[in-house]
Amino acid sequence: MSIDQNTAAKVAKLARIKVEEDALPALAEEFNTILGFIEQLNEVDVEGVEPMTSVTPQRLKRREDVVNDGNQQDKILSNAPDAREGFFAVPKVVE
Amino acid sequence: MSDLNKLGLAEARDALRKGETTSVELTEACLKAIDAADALNAFVHKTPEIALERAKAADARIQEGEAPAMCGLPVGIKDLFCTKGVASQAASKILDGFKPEYESTVSQQLADAGAVMLGKLNMDEFAMGSSNETSAYGNAVSPWRRGNDDAQLTPGGSSGGSASAVAADLCLAATGTDTGGSIRQPAAFTGTVGIKPTYGRCSRWGVVAFASSLDQAGPMTKSVRDAAIMLEAMCGHDPKDSTSAELAVPNFEAMLTGDIKGKKIGIPKEYRMEGMPAEIEKLWADGTEMLKAAGAEIVDISLPHTKYALPAYYVIAPAEASSNLARYDGVRYGNRAVLEAGDGITEMYEKSRAAGFGQEVQRRVMIGTYVLSAGFYDAYYNRARRVRALIKRDFEEVFAAGVDAILTPATPSAAFGLGEMIDADPVQMYLNDVFTVTVNLAGLPGIAVPAGLDTQGLPLGLQLIGRPWEEGDLLNTAYALESAAGFVAKPGKWW
Amino acid sequence: MLDLTYELPKPKVIAGAKHDWELVIGMEVHAQVSSKAKLFSGASTKFGNEPNSNVSFVDAAMPGMLPVINEYCVEQAVRTGLGLKAEINLWSAFDRKNYFYPDLPQGYQISQLYHPIVGEGEVLVELGDGTARNVRVERIHMEQDAGKSIHDMDPNMSFVDLNRTGVCLMEIVSRPDIRGPEEAAAYIAKLRQIMRYLGTCDGNMQNGNLRADVNVSICLPGAYEKYQETQDFSHLGTRCEIKNMNSMRFIQQAIEVEARRQIAIVEGGGKVDQETRLYDPDKGETRSMRSKEEAHDYRYFPDPDLLPLEIEQDWVDGIAASLPELPDEKKARFIGDFGLSDYDASVLTADVESAAYFEAVAEGRNGKLAANWVINELFGRLKKDEDKTITDSPVSPVQLGGIIDLISSDAISGKIAKDLFEIVYTEGGDPAEIVEARGMKQVTDTGAIETALDEIIAANPAQVEKAKVNPKLAGWFVGQVMKATGGKANPKAVNELVAKKLGG
Repeated sequence: MSIDQNTAAKVAKLARIKVEEDALPALAEEFNTILGFIEQLNEVDVEGVEPMTSVTPQRLKRREDVVNDGNQQDKILSNAPDAREGFFAVPKVVE
Repeated sequence: MSDLNKLGLAEARDALRKGETTSVELTEACLKAIDAADALNAFVHKTPEIALERAKAADARIQEGEAPAMCGLPVGIKDLFCTKGVASQAASKILDGFKPEYESTVSQQLADAGAVMLGKLNMDEFAMGSSNETSAYGNAVSPWRRGNDDAQLTPGGSSGGSASAVAADLCLAATGTDTGGSIRQPAAFTGTVGIKPTYGRCSRWGVVAFASSLDQAGPMTKSVRDAAIMLEAMCGHDPKDSTSAELAVPNFEAMLTGDIKGKKIGIPKEYRMEGMPAEIEKLWADGTEMLKAAGAEIVDISLPHTKYALPAYYVIAPAEASSNLARYDGVRYGNRAVLEAGDGITEMYEKSRAAGFGQEVQRRVMIGTYVLSAGFYDAYYNRARRVRALIKRDFEEVFAAGVDAILTPATPSAAFGLGEMIDADPVQMYLNDVFTVTVNLAGLPGIAVPAGLDTQGLPLGLQLIGRPWEEGDLLNTAYALESAAGFVAKPGKWW
Repeated sequence: MLDLTYELPKPKVIAGAKHDWELVIGMEVHAQVSSKAKLFSGASTKFGNEPNSNVSFVDAAMPGMLPVINEYCVEQAVRTGLGLKAEINLWSAFDRKNYFYPDLPQGYQISQLYHPIVGEGEVLVELGDGTARNVRVERIHMEQDAGKSIHDMDPNMSFVDLNRTGVCLMEIVSRPDIRGPEEAAAYIAKLRQIMRYLGTCDGNMQNGNLRADVNVSICLPGAYEKYQETQDFSHLGTRCEIKNMNSMRFIQQAIEVEARRQIAIVEGGGKVDQETRLYDPDKGETRSMRSKEEAHDYRYFPDPDLLPLEIEQDWVDGIAASLPELPDEKKARFIGDFGLSDYDASVLTADVESAAYFEAVAEGRNGKLAANWVINELFGRLKKDEDKTITDSPVSPVQLGGIIDLISSDAISGKIAKDLFEIVYTEGGDPAEIVEARGMKQVTDTGAIETALDEIIAANPAQVEKAKVNPKLAGWFVGQVMKATGGKANPKAVNELVAKKLGG
């Protein structure tokens, strides 16, 4: 599977990383190198093999329904680039 | 006592108990060494005040008696661990200035045991790398040099700072993390010991996530005994981590008898790679002989899907990373790009992430995004997970047949020069992990033990892979290997 | 148990310019689970606190944070599934749905795409006119709710509050069985009712605890039947999704408006694009939510921080055993045991509290009378009193029962009973004592009534003559007797006497 510049641009968009137009060809090439390397996986006979879901199978741990967290607005906001009146402020989102 | 920073954990612990030294003295010796070692760029955030505070408390505690093994021992913490009130940036610009309001479970356990935090250690950005050349703090430099060459060498990665610091005696030990080899490979490059426990042994809570199903924390130390001591302090069930194993942690140090008579050691034929340097081959053969001489039974084994481990890893790890790193968006913490008029939220995301993530991270996040995207999920991600199941099955079958541990080389070469691989394509760099990624994919414990020097005087390590949950047994075999190898070389101080 | 049978409702038909069209509707209802803490974190789910105060580091997606599941949320989802007669999947798993939005701190939502906890179920949707439809539920899964973004506090900035982030939602997905706006509203009302009975969701739509994404498509008459036969979706039109609807009224409006929009496009020779839309109630139109270039590629994959969820059949059986009587069963029982009409039974079983109130009043009493008083007098009065709910009723079942007893024993007339009710409502007190104290007992002594009537007849000879000609005018005499007795005469007795004396 080969990636062209357009696809590279779409992937960058999906990943929300700004890639300059002139950097796209190099990026596409890098992708192709890596994907070429990954192609080897197609050689493996995976017939009847379930995809591995958990590394160490055990019963999923549960929590009780008690409130034992939160109530720390200042700590939640302390590293914010732009916090105002208790909210995180971000550039306008257009729906 | 002079050169207190050169002690290992076990020796220092014993000296403290005997009253031959104090934690404050140990700590001051390390702090002095750290300040003189800026050229290594191992410690990227120094915490001398916290260190001395903890050292004093540790001394008081030791006086009272009944202090845990790690009490009073000065260690370095990889920048990937969130340490409360102290910069924790995963060596990335996107987390510039981030000071967590919480402490990772592993570093908290160490602090509770009385260990002294000297500072945060350099690493590859978001743990993505094998040479510590992608760090926002700049390269970490190995204390080792080739022969008469003064070229700077890589300490390995991603836990490059940790490896460099331990090898250069800037601390008595350090924490690392390992997703594809990031503890074991740097340990091998720097002549130190590094163990990645079974997936689920150490809590991942508070460790910046790279690839959730592969990441594990572990100690990087000067000896196998030290690794046993520190690993025990780091392990344990954490109810805040759903993947954390609910298993008791044995006294690993107590299991170091050195007796491996009758143990079956598997030598996997698929690890003999084409073009493998003769030195590595010889080291492996020598290691095999050492274990045999110690009474182990050597068995040829096959792990048929070995060669597919690296490609499978480079699907699974980036895929999980692309999702784990989505939270770095400039909204709630970390760096937000300077925006232009008219920039909306999308521009904020795109610019912040482009400016905040380095090239390798961007590359992996995007590859990960691609392999998960519509139409490719089955072809890549699902297929890789199936191959992963087969890789794990290979090991299960071998262990079921009675093999106790597997001996392999740790790295395909000795440490290379910083900048030497700058023009290589990304896959070339990935090949550094060829011997180590299988272990993460299968969730097994693996340890790197220094075994020899190459012709240029650089350390070479061997890797032992153990059965799930049997770190004690693995450490014991490593202990036997370490004794037999008798590696005592230290880098000559040039910094 | 009484087996109620209904006729299927007729699908709604909208006349386009060229053809008649039918609607096909499916709904994805998001119901916030009633629990104290969130699905994967220990922060509170309470509504209305200071922004970002019900937020843990996990909710804020701080570096290194990990999810741990709240077992009670799982229980609530299972309970809801059982209430919808659905299959409970003992093995389910969590997937990440990846997308970027400021109120989604992780950059992904933990959901259950591939293996939801609840499978196929059904909801009986009654339309109140004797028709009802069984709407099939395809699945229910658990997922994290997102936070809230406020866009109108500042011209250039949006403000994000993560209090709601991570609250457990149940997403209830229906099959495209709904055929009109009224049915859609009735479906969500029924779901709401069932969940309130179960205590798994409080159904507060204003607070956004219950909201729906409505999928609407149009088709020509006959096409839907072809789809039903073949299960081939190509017989149906392209659907559009109208997101985040939290008002029954607006859901109906939006469906109507969207259907007409699609009809206009198709009749104009165009094609309906599959897209997500929002309803604007002020403009009375739906508009496209995201630009067409934006592909919705959520890159779902199993969440590596969570293991698959395995629950035991014993545990599920325990929850099943603890289920309360559900609306359908309760309604059928009220009809059967108390002889109530379908309508009255529906009104009384609308919520558990009303039903319990009614049963307390109806115990040992005439069911229909009790129903009449609860529905027409009490509910009516509560509505006038700032829309109070039954739980805030100043009149207790004991008091109301007491009033009914006084009527049944002929101690007071129906009219007096209404006055008594108002007194009890506003002043409280024991009805029997009030009647005694204020002398409200009705006069049943025919002698006294006759005396009063004779006086009136004697005083109004002209009226008497008129009444003899026109029997309807007898009512005047009844009224006069009531007046003369201060309203206390037993109306039945008065009517009989007047008829006797005037009838001739």
